[in-house]
Amino acid sequence: MGVTAQDNKTRLLMDQSRSGRRGATIPALDVPRSDLPPDNMLRRELDLPELSEPEIIRYFIRLSSMNYSVDTNFYPLGSCTMKYNPKINDEIARLPGFARIHPFQPEETVQGALELLHHLQDLLAEITGMDAVSLAPSAGAHGEFSGMLLFRSYHKSRGDVKRQQILVPDSAHGTNPASAAMAGFEVVEVQSDAEGNTDLEDLRSKLSDSVAGIMLTMPSTLGLFDPNVEEVCNLVHEAGGLVYGDGANMNAILGKVKLGDLGFDVVHLNLHKTFSTPHGGGGPGAGPICVKEPFSRYLPKPHVEKIGEAYRLVAPEESVGAIGSFLGNFGVLVRAFVYIRTLGADGLRAVSENAVLNANYVLARLRDKYFLPYDRSCMHEVVFSANWQKRHGVKALDIGKRLLDHGFYAPTIYFPLIVEEAMMIEPTETETLETIDEFIDAMLDIAEEAEKDPDIVIGAPYTTPVIRLDEALAARQPDLRWTER
Amino acid sequence: MVTPYIPNTQDDQNRIMETIGISSVDELFRDIPRGRLNPSFDLPGPMAEADLLRELQSMAAKNWTLDVHTSFLGNGSTNRFVPSIVGHIIGRNEFLTAYTPYQPEVSQGILQAIYEYQSLVSQLFQMDATNAGMYDGASALAEAALMACRQTKRNRVAVRKSISPLLREVLETYLNAQEIEIVENVDDESACLIVQQPNHLGVWESTDGLAAETHSLGALLVCSVDPLSLGMFAAPGSYGADIVVAEGQSLGIAPSFGGPGLGIFSCRKEYVRQMPSRIVGRTFDGNGKEGFVLTLQTREQHIRREKATSNICTNETLLAIATAVYLAALGPKGLRQVSELAYHKAHYAAQRIGDLSGFSVNDGDIFFDEFVVQCPQSPEATNQYLLDKGILGGIDVSSSVPNGLLLCVTELVTRDQIDELVSCLERMEN
Amino acid sequence: MDSTALKYSKEHEWISVDDRDVHTVGITNYAQAELGDVVFVALPEVGAEVVQFSQMGEIESVKAVSDLFSPVSGVVVEVNEALADHPELVNQDPLGEGWLLKVRLSDANELDALMTEDEYEEMTEGLH
Repeated sequence: MGVTAQDNKTRLLMDQSRSGRRGATIPALDVPRSDLPPDNMLRRELDLPELSEPEIIRYFIRLSSMNYSVDTNFYPLGSCTMKYNPKINDEIARLPGFARIHPFQPEETVQGALELLHHLQDLLAEITGMDAVSLAPSAGAHGEFSGMLLFRSYHKSRGDVKRQQILVPDSAHGTNPASAAMAGFEVVEVQSDAEGNTDLEDLRSKLSDSVAGIMLTMPSTLGLFDPNVEEVCNLVHEAGGLVYGDGANMNAILGKVKLGDLGFDVVHLNLHKTFSTPHGGGGPGAGPICVKEPFSRYLPKPHVEKIGEAYRLVAPEESVGAIGSFLGNFGVLVRAFVYIRTLGADGLRAVSENAVLNANYVLARLRDKYFLPYDRSCMHEVVFSANWQKRHGVKALDIGKRLLDHGFYAPTIYFPLIVEEAMMIEPTETETLETIDEFIDAMLDIAEEAEKDPDIVIGAPYTTPVIRLDEALAARQPDLRWTER
Repeated sequence: MVTPYIPNTQDDQNRIMETIGISSVDELFRDIPRGRLNPSFDLPGPMAEADLLRELQSMAAKNWTLDVHTSFLGNGSTNRFVPSIVGHIIGRNEFLTAYTPYQPEVSQGILQAIYEYQSLVSQLFQMDATNAGMYDGASALAEAALMACRQTKRNRVAVRKSISPLLREVLETYLNAQEIEIVENVDDESACLIVQQPNHLGVWESTDGLAAETHSLGALLVCSVDPLSLGMFAAPGSYGADIVVAEGQSLGIAPSFGGPGLGIFSCRKEYVRQMPSRIVGRTFDGNGKEGFVLTLQTREQHIRREKATSNICTNETLLAIATAVYLAALGPKGLRQVSELAYHKAHYAAQRIGDLSGFSVNDGDIFFDEFVVQCPQSPEATNQYLLDKGILGGIDVSSSVPNGLLLCVTELVTRDQIDELVSCLERMEN
Repeated sequence: MDSTALKYSKEHEWISVDDRDVHTVGITNYAQAELGDVVFVALPEVGAEVVQFSQMGEIESVKAVSDLFSPVSGVVVEVNEALADHPELVNQDPLGEGWLLKVRLSDANELDALMTEDEYEEMTEGLH
């Protein structure tokens, strides 16, 4: 019995169900039975699969083998920082003293957990050059949303209610405009100049007393550090706006520069990127926000403070409110804490230096065969364009798919939106030079194939559990759950 | 500096720099403004693994764990039985260390596992469609309210008074930002009616005519449910809910001080295009073989940007897989048994506490495994007394019920532990 | 549909031009090719008013969303219900079965602001 039957149909758990099988043992009832509620409140049917434990294990373990992961394959996925996830982090997060505690336990019974959170707040403040931290956001976008609420609260507290616009560069992640809109703002796009920096003229023309602030990713999603970043911050501040930093690309600048020194007011970090916590196939993450002192009073709830010898959960006085059920993704926060303590200041600086070295090495070795839209040294990731290959009919998508045949995940493609046929490569600091060389060789082979035999690339992949899937069919006739057939 | 996670040696770095054509790393950082490069950087460490483990073990040891201490805490996070296989499967490196499945050809494992999650939760809720998960139950509820507003093009949300203050607070954060009005009674300008089932005080809310009345006003019925209660109680799909959300932590996820948990989010199929978060769909590959992809992506922020149905990107996929494994392991009989265990234990506890002089339990109400005890003393004093006996008491709900203490009795609480609680409360009064 | 009997907008919609006051609107062959596989079309409801060159709906491919702009002002009298289940008709037959909606014109003079087939082809050639 397999994941996929011979007839090309997937056998799902429900399809494998056999009445009478059990996958778990349940304790016996040790109290008297009470009357059940009236029938109309009870469910009549509960259609879940009946499976034995070995079947479930085999099913999911086989599934796991149909998957690339950073523990099995190189993942040069730009903007996602797919670095190695240290195992000690997981081991510590699974200690019963961390994994088996309840969010509403009295504070005196969770002092160890609060102590860890308090330390982590301090560490993240030091890393970003900020003054106060909220660990509540569950992901980067959740941090952005909190930051935008904070902007709103700040302006409102000053009676400055007409600031309804948020400026977002054209190179930004989609989460930036989406988060600003969720917080009730109107989004105004700011252009990048020919060098890939913020276009200062365009910025000036869009600044006004309607602007609440700007969201900047630094280094930018082009993998470039904007040398004018201080001027950008100054211009926005002079116009009465605030500066939000999307910390998605922090892996380039740990210990090299503090965003707080450059004029950022609020910054979020993606602990599941820069700080090595595993991505879990899409989550969980954590997106703490770090702020300058004037904004600490607006941080989301709760915040950990040390009062005397005790650690306490407090609500900042003008908090934007609660943004989630409990205290944030504690298990992720523990992992990031362990990572930072393992490396220390020198280790973190080495992370960024090696991440940037590796990316520039990829840049240097591929630039003759792939078009480099911004001809300057990059930070932790390099953005190429497949425009040269497109002349032969080969697109960024095809190159990405062909890489899968070489055992590499694909780069981020078609992002940032301002680069045609974009391919964003982020090698991270945790790959060996040998692996990076193999990846580069694969890219060079593909560039040659694209010229000499483009159909090979266009038809890729060939070696994967499935080949290219019909995504149009999936969207036209959504099949989103098991049904009997 | 040598760290175990950075393989580059000095030789490697030299070769890299030679290839790039630089003589020092800082040449690559020349775009950083003058005077800002290499700031003072004051962090503790580095630390060796063994030392760090010792330090963290001692920090962890300061916390009371649910393994050692009896707990009656609930309110969205509960201490429940998790079959061993759940941890094994979500601990698999291939799931744990994968990214969001952007390249389906090498992500079928994650995609199919999410499809299983979507299927099993849809079965449990009796709903048409379920997304790949949200941050937690509260943010899922807030997003459900926003979705109802988009779907109905209305700007008002009706919220039953009986929902948890915790859920209400998060709703307010999200809805206030978009100036969406929150009212108590549903009317013909409301986008939806929000009902928590069972409600904040553990009481099962009547569902008779609820959907019909809500729909007659053109509003959607949004239910925030306790998913484990659905092992025995009627599923929200059966009484006409349009959007169903839940905190999924009770389905196979460790309490972990409140996170990561799982925001479960389901809806009727006609509303799927307004759903937030990732959705996996089944399709075919070029050889006619079935496979799975992320689908309906035009809803999402990476395509629709400020017009997206939500800003959510990273979600809680790994925990969604945990929930799929949990539901598969328990199956229909196991889930029903677990629900009934919790039900009977909670009712046993309620009955015994209600018999104590000075304590009362409103036994006319239908409840699952959480109920309110009116204590002779304040919940604070009661909890403190229990804490002194090593017991984690309940949630203070005195703002809703005078001296009210919300107790949760899960399937993991034994009769002895319940009896001990009862005798402590009895002694407290004497 | 005879493509020379149509007029075209800069936003790649076509509209049928004849003596009747109800006109059919769709997207051009060029537009469907640029979009790729169409997976969903969001159209205004029957009875809705549309304004010339203003947004009237959306068209989605797998990984892109584009706004649909009305080539004329008027009232929607019919929408192509078949697109709900078969959005691929827009790709297969953009000038025929893949039509989007029918509009009762409020001002026939607005048609003068649209392009002829030759003018439209000249414009799209300039886009390459």
